[in-house]
Amino acid sequence: MSTPVTTSTLPQAPTFEQVREDLIRPLHKNTFANKLWIRFLIVIIILGAIAYSHQLIKGLGVTDMRDYSAWGVYIANFVFWVAVSLIGSLISSILKLLHQNWSNPLSRIAEMIALGAITMAAASIVIDMGRPDRLQNVVLHGRLQSPILWDFFVVNTYLVISIILLYLPLIPDIAILRDRMTDSPPWQRKLYKALSLGWHGTQEQWRLLRRSMIVMIILILPVAFSIHTVTSWLFAVNSRTGWHSTIFGPYFIAGAFVAGSAAVIIAMYVFRKRHKLQQYITDRHFNMMNKLLVLTMLLYLYFNINEYLVPGYTWQRLDGEHLRELFLGHQAPLFWLTQILGLVAPIVLLLFRRMRKPLPSLIISIFVLLGAWMKRMLIVIPTQFHPEFPIQNVPKHFLEYIPTYTEYVISAATLAGAMLIITLLVRVFPVVPIWEEAHDRGINKIFKAEKTSNIHENEA
Amino acid sequence: MKDQQHNPTNDSRRNFLKQAALLGAGVVAGAGVLTSCSNHLASSGEKTKLLTATGELVEVDPSQIKRVRKEKLTELQERGREGLTGHHWTWVIDLAKCKNARKCMDDCVGAHELKPYQSHINVLQMQDSKSGAPYYMPTPCFHCDNPPCTKVCPVNATFKRSDGIVLIDNLRCIGCRFCIAACPYSARRFQWFEPDYTEEQKNRVYDVELNVPQKKGTITKCLMSADRLRIGKLPYCVSACPNGVYWFGDKLEDTVTNGTTHETVKFSELIRDNAGYTYFEDLGTKPQVYYLPPKNRTSPYVPVDKFQEKYEEKRG
Repeated sequence: MSTPVTTSTLPQAPTFEQVREDLIRPLHKNTFANKLWIRFLIVIIILGAIAYSHQLIKGLGVTDMRDYSAWGVYIANFVFWVAVSLIGSLISSILKLLHQNWSNPLSRIAEMIALGAITMAAASIVIDMGRPDRLQNVVLHGRLQSPILWDFFVVNTYLVISIILLYLPLIPDIAILRDRMTDSPPWQRKLYKALSLGWHGTQEQWRLLRRSMIVMIILILPVAFSIHTVTSWLFAVNSRTGWHSTIFGPYFIAGAFVAGSAAVIIAMYVFRKRHKLQQYITDRHFNMMNKLLVLTMLLYLYFNINEYLVPGYTWQRLDGEHLRELFLGHQAPLFWLTQILGLVAPIVLLLFRRMRKPLPSLIISIFVLLGAWMKRMLIVIPTQFHPEFPIQNVPKHFLEYIPTYTEYVISAATLAGAMLIITLLVRVFPVVPIWEEAHDRGINKIFKAEKTSNIHENEA
Repeated sequence: MKDQQHNPTNDSRRNFLKQAALLGAGVVAGAGVLTSCSNHLASSGEKTKLLTATGELVEVDPSQIKRVRKEKLTELQERGREGLTGHHWTWVIDLAKCKNARKCMDDCVGAHELKPYQSHINVLQMQDSKSGAPYYMPTPCFHCDNPPCTKVCPVNATFKRSDGIVLIDNLRCIGCRFCIAACPYSARRFQWFEPDYTEEQKNRVYDVELNVPQKKGTITKCLMSADRLRIGKLPYCVSACPNGVYWFGDKLEDTVTNGTTHETVKFSELIRDNAGYTYFEDLGTKPQVYYLPPKNRTSPYVPVDKFQEKYEEKRG
């Protein structure tokens, strides 16, 4: 059994009703700020849609991608979104399987981020296609030998599993909302009624829920590892310097956990502030999440050293050209900023306890997340300018890649899209799982059969 | 289990299961509708004659026959996917002869309706060592026998034919550009914009072997002028060369013909006697375009920067 996590930090332990009302309260009022925020996101998405239709009509030439930089910011976005989405599996699956119960209040945030991110990963890959009107060919004429097919299947599988993993632990909470949110508009009440699947919290229902959750948190692990490994193989299977690397799979997965942890810390800060959840998302959670972030960053740093030092030591023909460009050439300012501000400096800073407080860790996490995106750009783009044969007989602007406004607007729209998904989800669902919170505090009243309700309990 | 005897518990459990089952059934039904493409015929008592793989003529009930749905391809698409039987085309490029006349590039651009910088064959200026003088090297697609580009294609839009040519079907291509990433020889171009066509030109029937009309958002690449080979002629670039750089022919016949002099020689002897080689054998691609070393060449030296400038000038 888990011990109550946060009770020691509180002057007096709240009752179940207090916890429930605290967590439901933000759902009652649709504030002006929230409405404005949603409108803002929709405006960005509309701008993105306009830019995308421009791209559809004119062709991918409205980007700065050309024959020697055939993959650009869209593919970097795709890798970034896949990376961020892995946090759902880290917190909801790995930490749960390891009985790290401190992370329970964060699991829903992580799952919502995962859902938003994986949706935008799928969108980014379609945005990058020259002929999105022929997307059906992937199903009609798909060749299993192509890593794109593998990616197509694992992204879709992960999307479905992410939805299920978000939904399953939501069911008891939706049942609470169904009973408590009687003043909400009819559509919202209907939504709760439909989604609660007739949940009454019987022993049998808890047993089914626990069983299915255990299946899902185990099932998501191989899928999560596959999705990012296969994404790394889109690059690694090509015999090109900077891509053709055997450690690309673990290197990408380590990087994904860094990006996702940073995203969760940012979201934690925002929701704690906006929803006044200081009692539920505490300094201790920030402390622990930041330690997790440092752990994943140390792992990522280790892979970075491997990835750059080994070819850097032999400095072979194309490796040398590529690394000179990164270390000392055109890409050097970006490369060193990314590696220092996005990786090394955060590791050092987060060693200090004061830096693991909410506000400093928010700022650090923003840098880490920005660095994670820049890093994807640095993985995807520079390699393509170092083919085996020299690049000649092409217009001068083919020799460099600077994303155009169209590309930036569309990229911003995918960011807004992910944020909108998360915003809409927290608009109707509690951001901290009510029943898990109550359970961890040992004040659960909703469970008719207490013993079988603990999904963290080991079957054996 | 004792508390479970009363009814409400069982009802809610039943509801939960029922709804879960409904959801599951919906998913299965949806998937079924999507994947069902087999034709079901009722048993009618009539028999249909059928030739088996072993050559026997048998009579079977029509309901036993599973119809294989044929892909809808145009005639030219279908023909383009079939290789010319009894051939394995090969190419020998004599680097000693190339003087950077660029007639090959011009004709390629003309035949395939490309922009100048999209030429399928690209004449590069190479310099292997600081002490050696630079030389000109035309680089078409190497039509590898183990092509990395066709391997990664998700939709079988680019494929290797039985006669050795690697082609692209632009009615199939989804424009993912994975093949550009995979090709170590930079042989592939992408149509980033809508090609400059009139409505009439745009609506012509698409020919895989010529890759015309070019289509926005798809790949274009060297096809060894498969349309010319079909009518027994040498590729556009090969016959355009004024300097006798290109030998084109058939590995199975072991002959190659010079595009300028029309002299025909034995392929194996030409390669053996002149120390022919291919590029990046170590990548395992088995390229089918051979090179003869750039010895005793007469072309003037032009620094690479000037070379690029000259090209820009020429494009205007």
